[in-house]
Amino acid sequence: MPESTADRAAAITPDLVAHLAGLARIALSGEEVERLTVQLGQILDNVAKVSEVATEDVPPTSHPIPLQNVFRADAVADVLTQEQALSGAPDAESGRFRVRAILGEEQ
Amino acid sequence: MNDRLMDFDKAIEQFEPVLGFEVHVELSTRTKMFSSAPNAFGSEPNTNVTPVCLGLPGSLPVVNEQAVRYSISLGLALGCSIAESSRFARKNYFYPDLAKNYQISQYDEPIAFDGSVDVELEDGRIVPVAIERAHMEEDAGKLTHLGGATGRIQGAEYSLVDYNRAGVPLVEIVTRPIEGAGADAPALARAYVATIRDIVLALGISEARMDRGNLRCDANVSLRPRGQQRYGTRTETKNVNSLRSVERAVRYEIQRQAAILAEGGTITQETRHWHEDTGRTSPGRPKSDADDYRYFPEPDLLPVVPSAELIAELRAALPEAPAVRRRRLKEAWGFTDLEFRDVVNGGLLAEVQATVEAGASPQAARKWWTGEISRIANAREAEAAALVAPAQVAELQGLVDDGTLTDKLARQVLEGVIDGEGSPAEVVQRRGLAVVSDDGALLAAIDEALAAQPDVLEKIRDGKVQAAGAIIGAVMKAMKGQADAARVRELVLERAQG
Amino acid sequence: MSGTGAEAITRLPAAELAQLLAAGELSSVEATRAHLDRIAQVDDVVNAFLHVSDHALDVAADVDARRAAGEQLGPLAGVPLAIKDVLVTSDMPTTAGSRILEGWLPPYDATVVQKIRAADLVPLGKTNMDEFAMGSTTENSAYGPTRNPWDLDRIPGGSGGGSAACLAAFEAPLALGSDTGGSIREPAHLTGTVGVKPTYGGVSRYGVIALASSLDQIGPCARTVLDAALLHDVIAGHDPHDSTSLGEAWPSFAELARSSADASALQGLRVGVVRELSGEGIDPGVRQRFTETLELLAAHGAEIVEVSMPHVEYAVAAYYLILPAEASSNLARYDSVRFGLRADVTGTVEDVMSATREAGFGDEVKRRVILGTYALSAGYYDAYYGKAQKVRTLIQRDFAAAFEQAEVLVSPTAPMTAYPLGTTTHDPLAQYLNDITTIPVNLAGIPGMSVPVGLSPEDGLPVGLHLMAPARQDARLYRAGAAVEALVREHRGAPLLDAVPDLAAAIQAWQEVAR
Repeated sequence: MPESTADRAAAITPDLVAHLAGLARIALSGEEVERLTVQLGQILDNVAKVSEVATEDVPPTSHPIPLQNVFRADAVADVLTQEQALSGAPDAESGRFRVRAILGEEQ
Repeated sequence: MNDRLMDFDKAIEQFEPVLGFEVHVELSTRTKMFSSAPNAFGSEPNTNVTPVCLGLPGSLPVVNEQAVRYSISLGLALGCSIAESSRFARKNYFYPDLAKNYQISQYDEPIAFDGSVDVELEDGRIVPVAIERAHMEEDAGKLTHLGGATGRIQGAEYSLVDYNRAGVPLVEIVTRPIEGAGADAPALARAYVATIRDIVLALGISEARMDRGNLRCDANVSLRPRGQQRYGTRTETKNVNSLRSVERAVRYEIQRQAAILAEGGTITQETRHWHEDTGRTSPGRPKSDADDYRYFPEPDLLPVVPSAELIAELRAALPEAPAVRRRRLKEAWGFTDLEFRDVVNGGLLAEVQATVEAGASPQAARKWWTGEISRIANAREAEAAALVAPAQVAELQGLVDDGTLTDKLARQVLEGVIDGEGSPAEVVQRRGLAVVSDDGALLAAIDEALAAQPDVLEKIRDGKVQAAGAIIGAVMKAMKGQADAARVRELVLERAQG
Repeated sequence: MSGTGAEAITRLPAAELAQLLAAGELSSVEATRAHLDRIAQVDDVVNAFLHVSDHALDVAADVDARRAAGEQLGPLAGVPLAIKDVLVTSDMPTTAGSRILEGWLPPYDATVVQKIRAADLVPLGKTNMDEFAMGSTTENSAYGPTRNPWDLDRIPGGSGGGSAACLAAFEAPLALGSDTGGSIREPAHLTGTVGVKPTYGGVSRYGVIALASSLDQIGPCARTVLDAALLHDVIAGHDPHDSTSLGEAWPSFAELARSSADASALQGLRVGVVRELSGEGIDPGVRQRFTETLELLAAHGAEIVEVSMPHVEYAVAAYYLILPAEASSNLARYDSVRFGLRADVTGTVEDVMSATREAGFGDEVKRRVILGTYALSAGYYDAYYGKAQKVRTLIQRDFAAAFEQAEVLVSPTAPMTAYPLGTTTHDPLAQYLNDITTIPVNLAGIPGMSVPVGLSPEDGLPVGLHLMAPARQDARLYRAGAAVEALVREHRGAPLLDAVPDLAAAIQAWQEVAR
C-alpha cells in the first residue's frame, strides 16, 4: 500500500494508466496516457491525505442521509414500448440492439 | 484437439476431488429485482423493459420487496443466518448484455450466510453441504450471436441484445468447498443441485426449470493428490443446463484434470464451457486481473434491515425440510426404500408428487416417471421433467385405469404427447389408439384367427389353455394392439366352450 | 399592464410575473415570447442555452387557454423556466454537455420535469453545463463555454453556468440546476443570483444524469430568494422512483421567504462563521463583502459566533475520491450500444466501445473516470475510497458539532470572483479549489444556499454569501436568506442585479473587439 508522497507519485505510471484505461474502456492515445500520468500523480498527491485522518475507529458513510428498507411493491409499471426502448439505438435489428462481434466470454 | 482423460476410477484412486457450486436461482416475482418491468418468459424482445432495465441516463433502481422476502425465505430454508443489515454493491465490468456495465449484486453484506443443506446420495448416505452465502442480484440480458457457424460467440459476426431478461431477480447460492466426496463427486453434484431445485420448488419462489435457465449451476472442480492438504487449482464450468449435465461435467473435469496432473502438468485456473452434445468442457477466458470488479456499496440503494418479525413470519411459513418431506411422502405412498430412492435419484420427486396430486396412484406415477419417461429422456438426452407435464401423466394413467388404453398403447400415446401432438385424449383421438371395447369387433377378429388356426380350439377343449395364446397374439396383431388382451382371452375361451 | 415592453417583462422576478399572469394582466404567451426574443438577442454570445424549445409558445398558449376557461392553476403557472441539460426531457435533446449524448432524445421525463410540467411552468430550453457536471467554470462543456453576463470574457461558474447566466442575462426568470460539489451555488455567487442545493434526498434524482450518486441534488436557481422558494416548492418531495428520496412533507418555502423578508427573522439567530472556510485563500474583495454582511446581520439582531470544523480541510480530497469513483461507474453505461454516440471504427464491440468513449468524453471526464477506476481497483479501495468515506463521517460530525452552536452556518460561497475564461483550463487542480467552500455541504448531505450580497470592491463583480443548515432544515436557509436579501437591498438601495451591465451593449462591444 503506497504510503509516502514519493510512493504515491511513483504509483501512477503510464503502464498503470493504460491498464486503468483498459478497465474503463477508453482508448486513450499515447499522448493522453502520458499527460494523465502526470496529472493523476499530482491529484493523487493531494487527495491521498485522507489516509492521515481517517483512522480505524471511524466508520465509513456511504449514504449521507441514513435511510433503510426502501422498497417497492411487486407491480408492473413504467414499461416502454419496443419502439421507445430502441429509440436511441445506434443500430438495431429484429427488435434488438445490434453490436459488433464480442471478444470476451460472458461472465 | 481433444482433451486426454484419465479413467475415472484411476483418477479417484490418485486424487481427491474438491467441489464448489454457485447456483443461480431465478425468482418468479411479477416484476424485476430493481425495476417494475414484467418478469416474464418468451415475450417479444425489448418489450419487458423500463428505463431502469436499459440503464438509460438518469434511471435509478428500486428494490422489489417480494424478491427480498423470497430471498430471505430461501436463506432460511438453506439453514442460513439472515443478515441484520444487508446491502447491495456494484460489480463493475463491461459487457453488452449488462445495460449499466455494472451489475447490482451483493458483496460484503449478503442477505444470508453460513447455512447447510443435507444432500442424500443414492445409497441413502446424507452429506451435509455447507452454504457460505446466498445473495441477491440482477440478471443480464440475452445475447444472440449471428453470422457464425455455431451460434456461439466464436466466429460470430455480430450480436443482438434483448434486455427482457436484464434485471430479473436472482439469488446466488455459494457453497463452501466440498471435500471427501471421492467417487461420489459427480453424483453428489447432481444430488446437490436437485436438492436446491426441490427446495425452491417447495418454497414456490422459482419455476426452477434448468432448461429455461431458471436454475443455473456453475461447477467448480479441483483435484489434490490424496493426502495433500492444500487445494489444487480449480476450474469453473458454466453452461451446465440440466441435472444430468451437472453430473457429467463434474465427472469430465475430474478425468481431464487427473490426466494433466498425472503427467506433471498444471491446471489453468479458468472458466470452462460445458458442451452437452459432445460431453466435453472447453476453455473460456482465463481468469485474469481483468476480473477486477471494483466492488463498492451501491449508492443508489439503501440497506436492507430485516426485522425480527419478518424473519419469524417467513420462518413460520417455510415448508418442511426436503428430508422430512421425503420421509412423509415415502410413507404416504407406501414405497419401498429402493422404489423411493429411484424417484429421488432421478430428480423426479416433485414430478411424482404433482402427478399423484393430479389423480394418479403413487405406484403408477412412479412407474411412468422412473420407467418410460426416464427411458425416453435418456434416449433423447433431455430432462425428464421437461418432456411432459405431471397433469398429462395423470390423465394418461386415467385412460389406462378406465380401460381406454392398455399399458402398451399408453406408451405410444405418451410419445405423442411428448412430441407435442396434444393432450393424451387428443393423441388417442388423433391416432385412433383407443382400445376397441366392442365385443363384436373382437369376436370377428377372433373368428378370423381361429379360422386360420383351426386346431387351437381342439387343444383348448383338451385342456391346453395356453394354446389360446396364439389366437390372442394374432388378434392383438390384427387389432394393432388396440385390444384388451385379457378380454380377448376371455372371449377365446368362451368360444371354446360354445 | 400597459407599456410593458418585452424587456420590462424579462426584468421581472418570477413571483411578479406569476402575479401578473394570475391577474390576467399578462399572458403566458407574451411572457414566453419576451424571453424567447431575449434569448435570440443575446444567447449567440452568452451561450447559456444548448437547445431552445420549438414549442414553448404552444405550451404557453395551452396554459393561457386553461386559465381563461376558469381552471385553477398553480402559483407559477405560465412562468417560463430554463432546465439544466442534466435533466432528462422527452421533448428536447439531453446531452449533459457531452458529445457522447449529442442529439439524444430520451424516451422519458425526469420526475422533476414531470413536476414542473404539472405545475404549468413553460420550459424554454436546456442550459449549458460542464460535461457530465464535472467542473466549476462550464469550460468543460463540449459545446463551448457560457459567458458571464457581468463580463463576457469571464466564467459564469460551473457546472451549472448556463442556468445561472441565463438568469443574470434575463433570458429566463427561473432555472433548474444540479449541485454535486457546488454546481448551483458557485455559479450563483459568480453571477449575482440565488442558488439552492436542497437536503440530499429532498428532490428526486430520477431522470437526473448521474455524476456522483451520493452527492447529486437538483435545486432551484433564480434572481431572488422568493423565486427560488417558489420553484423549490414545486420540485421538492418524495419520489418512489428514487430510493434515496426523503419521505417527509416539506413546509412551503415561499411562505417562509415571504414572512422573513425583513430583519425580524434575524433576531437572536445564531450565525456560525466556519473559521476554516472563511480565512485563508479568500480574495480580499470577497472577504470584505463577507465581513460587511456579517456586520449587517449583527447590527440587526443576529449573534455571530465562530465555529471550527477541523476536518473540513480534508473535504476536497475526500470529494475528489468519492466523486470520481462513483462517476467512473455511473459513466460506464455510455458504451455505444443502447443510446448516444457510436464511433465509426472496425473491430469488436469492445473496440467500438473504447473508441466511442475516447471520442465522446472530454479531458476532465476521462481524468476523473481513470482516477475513479484507480480508487476502486483491487488493492486501493481501502486506502482511497474507503478512507474518503470515513472523512465524510468526520465532516458530518464536524457539522453536527457546529450546529450545536449555531442555527445556520456561513462562509463566502467561493474564494474568488469570476475570473477570465481560460485561466484554469490547463490546471485541473486549481479548478478543484473553486469548490472548497461548497463541497463539505454535499459530502454531509445538508442543504446550502448562495445569496448575492454585494459587488467586490476590487473588480465590481458579484459576491455571494453561503448559508448552510442541518439536514432537513432547508427552511432555515429561506428564512435567513430572505432576511439577508432584504437587508442587502435596503443597504444598497437596489437589487444587486440592477448593476449588471447592459448586455446588449456589452455584446456589441465584445463583438467589435472580437472582429
